[in-house]
Amino acid sequence: MTVTKTEIIPLTPSQEGLIKSLRDLLPATAVLTDPEDLRPFECDGLSVYRRLPLVVVLPETIAQVQAIMRLCHKLQIPVVARGAGTGLSGGALPLGDGVLLSLARFKKILNIDPHNAMATVQPGVRNLAISEAAAVHGMYYAPDPSSQIACTIGGNVAENSGGVHCLKYGLTVHNILMLKIVTAEGELLTIGAETLDSPGYDLLALMSGSEGMLGIIVEVTVKLLAKPERAQVVLAAFDDVEKAGEAVGAIIAAGIIPAGLEMMDRLAIQAAEDFAHAGYPRDAEAILLCELDGSNAEVSEYILAVREVLNRSGATEVRTAADEAERHLFWKGRKSAFPAVGRISPDYYCMDGTIPRRHLPRVLRQISQWSAEYGLPVANVFHAGDGNLHPLILFDANKPGELARTEEFGQRILQLCVEVGGTITGEHGVGMEKIDQMCIQFKSAELTQFHAVKAAFDPQGLLNPGKAVPTLHRCAEFGAMHVHHGEVKHPELERF
Amino acid sequence: MVAPKINLDKDMSAALQQKVQDAITQNTPLNICGSGSKHFLGRSTQGECLSLVEHRGIIEYDPRELVLTARAGTPLAGIEAELANAGQMLTFEPPHFGAAATLGGTIACGLSGPRRPYAGAARDAVLGCKIINGQGEILSFGGQVMKNVAGYDVSRLMVGAYGTLGVLLEISLKVLPRPAASLTLMHEHSTDESIRYMSHLLTQPMPVDAACHQDGHTFIRIAGSEQAVKHAQKQMGGEPVNDASAFWQSVREQQHTFFSSLKPLYRVMVKPATPALNISGNWLLDWGGAQRWLLSDEPLSVIRERVNAAGGHVNLYRNHAQSGEFFSPLPGPLFDIHQRLKLSFDPHRIFNPDRTYSGL
Repeated sequence: MTVTKTEIIPLTPSQEGLIKSLRDLLPATAVLTDPEDLRPFECDGLSVYRRLPLVVVLPETIAQVQAIMRLCHKLQIPVVARGAGTGLSGGALPLGDGVLLSLARFKKILNIDPHNAMATVQPGVRNLAISEAAAVHGMYYAPDPSSQIACTIGGNVAENSGGVHCLKYGLTVHNILMLKIVTAEGELLTIGAETLDSPGYDLLALMSGSEGMLGIIVEVTVKLLAKPERAQVVLAAFDDVEKAGEAVGAIIAAGIIPAGLEMMDRLAIQAAEDFAHAGYPRDAEAILLCELDGSNAEVSEYILAVREVLNRSGATEVRTAADEAERHLFWKGRKSAFPAVGRISPDYYCMDGTIPRRHLPRVLRQISQWSAEYGLPVANVFHAGDGNLHPLILFDANKPGELARTEEFGQRILQLCVEVGGTITGEHGVGMEKIDQMCIQFKSAELTQFHAVKAAFDPQGLLNPGKAVPTLHRCAEFGAMHVHHGEVKHPELERF
Repeated sequence: MVAPKINLDKDMSAALQQKVQDAITQNTPLNICGSGSKHFLGRSTQGECLSLVEHRGIIEYDPRELVLTARAGTPLAGIEAELANAGQMLTFEPPHFGAAATLGGTIACGLSGPRRPYAGAARDAVLGCKIINGQGEILSFGGQVMKNVAGYDVSRLMVGAYGTLGVLLEISLKVLPRPAASLTLMHEHSTDESIRYMSHLLTQPMPVDAACHQDGHTFIRIAGSEQAVKHAQKQMGGEPVNDASAFWQSVREQQHTFFSSLKPLYRVMVKPATPALNISGNWLLDWGGAQRWLLSDEPLSVIRERVNAAGGHVNLYRNHAQSGEFFSPLPGPLFDIHQRLKLSFDPHRIFNPDRTYSGL
């Protein structure tokens, strides 16, 4: 999976022409070409893929974005858009012969409108900053990816980010109203509306999770919600992962939709506990965190009901957070699970499959069996409410062959997710990372339809080319590779 | 004596696919039909009827998964009854506009009822679909899981596309438990008082799941656990309404006396806090003021100008000539993308041509 291409290649005359033209359009500080300046942009949150872009541009007005796009369209130069670079699938991996367009300078919150329950912000505004700005009105923006202190709303839309509260409050696509985008040709379009729907096709849905393939997002109008009067978390410990999985279904069967319902297995619990001292029971095989929100009385009613369900499901311990501080601590453990696992292993590879919940026991059993076969430990973090699994495969990239084994293991997990009726990516996106797995999930005709959708927006294929949707040729090669026990036949070739 | 239950479930995918392929070969446009309950919506379309009504049946429903998958011709009423048996419901409370309304028609038209602002629209509930595209291929998008970002969100693109992009074969929906309790509270309000009140409620952590204003009265429906409803009632005051479900049913199905007029009916979409618009006619405000029904004899051009000036959009809904314009016009570059998208799914323009816009 590693793509390292950082050697300096002399610029061609046309590339020099591009850079000169960009300098004519933008202030001097907004065009970066020095390798040292380009370095911070060589990868996103999936750092195994790295490549220096030809040039980085940092526009700060919509007019500048339009001018850049018009120029690149004229010269047929590919453009990769980038938010905070926290993505986990290599979606913002630059192209060596392309422009990396950073939206980092689009940082303004343009309007908070509590009476219409909406906020309009520039794409470089951080997810959490929206909720912070809305807090004075008792409101917030619901989707809360674990990276919410750093990730930006433009990237959230591009990836259709989720979070721990999406079973009840939905994903990004459910929480946005309107976008302004700049097309590959440099045209400014309004998608959606400030009203609850808009005439024509639902392009807002199409833009959500489109990974920078259809347009550059330059403004976002989100929905705001009133902050619930109270939120409370119940922590339940289990001596068996499958019992915990059963309990999840039992809570939902009881007619309760928790605001968040998270599960962690033993290895994840121990790593998180060592890191965050959240007070998790270290000897449990699994814990569930079940958050309930609403009015004070309602939450009390739900806590009673949930505790009963958990006890009936064989929990060895059921604990309600004593106060706000303990509630935050319970969540801190969960939200820091990835970095916590990062501390106990030189490297880890985070998977992101989603499955129908009823298959959880089967999938977990299989993962644990493969884990033993490959000799690679796995920590499972699981958005249990909505079936989104994050198995973290622990490995050491410095050990010869271990990365390849990890990848093969990961690929088998994703294949299993598809087999049981799920998907290869619940919330992290396809990007560069899962482009081959798209060949497992979709038939050729479906992939062809995706390419046709892209062409409707971007006929020349200049926006983030090579990501998210594989070519049929690539799938044919990938299929051929499958026959050979998953071994990559031509490791020297770039896999795009 | 109870009549034996006849199983009408049938998978007609292959036959439907064959008909589409024949239509492509013969270059005959198709008018995709369900029960015909939403025929009045949109523009008329030429073409042979491609009926989905026999392609019916719930394919999969496990209440614990909160997901239901059904064929497009499945009657909506049957789906709702099945969900109610398990204490669940469609989140978006769709209008039927006819006893035989099908799931496919509801999703193709993207219709949502009174709960929409608080619980999401039809498109928000859609998780996946199977379609026949205009090349006669059967394609699947999305899936049966809540979170899925593999590929473009084609499933939601189908919602409200009025069948112009493909024939819906199967649809997977997220469903939710029915609230344990529900209560409707009435207040006497002028239109502007009502708009302010309904908008204020958006900023409050109240379990509101429908809000409507008509003829000097605001109706707020609260729903949730027993405790949640009790608590909200105490805080909000107002007069409890008897037989509230009949009231909401009449709003949802447009059977309320307000809708009995033969004047043109307009659907006016604005930001919810927008003050009453200066357009003469009768108004019924639903969706907390975000969706406003207008019966008016004013010319469309005047209505559109005033609605657009308020940042909204308007379309004709009932009692209009179906040859004319139905939806709000789209700006040129956006319409170009619509045309290209249409052709990307339906290159021969077989499906419901011109149903939404002339040229789509």
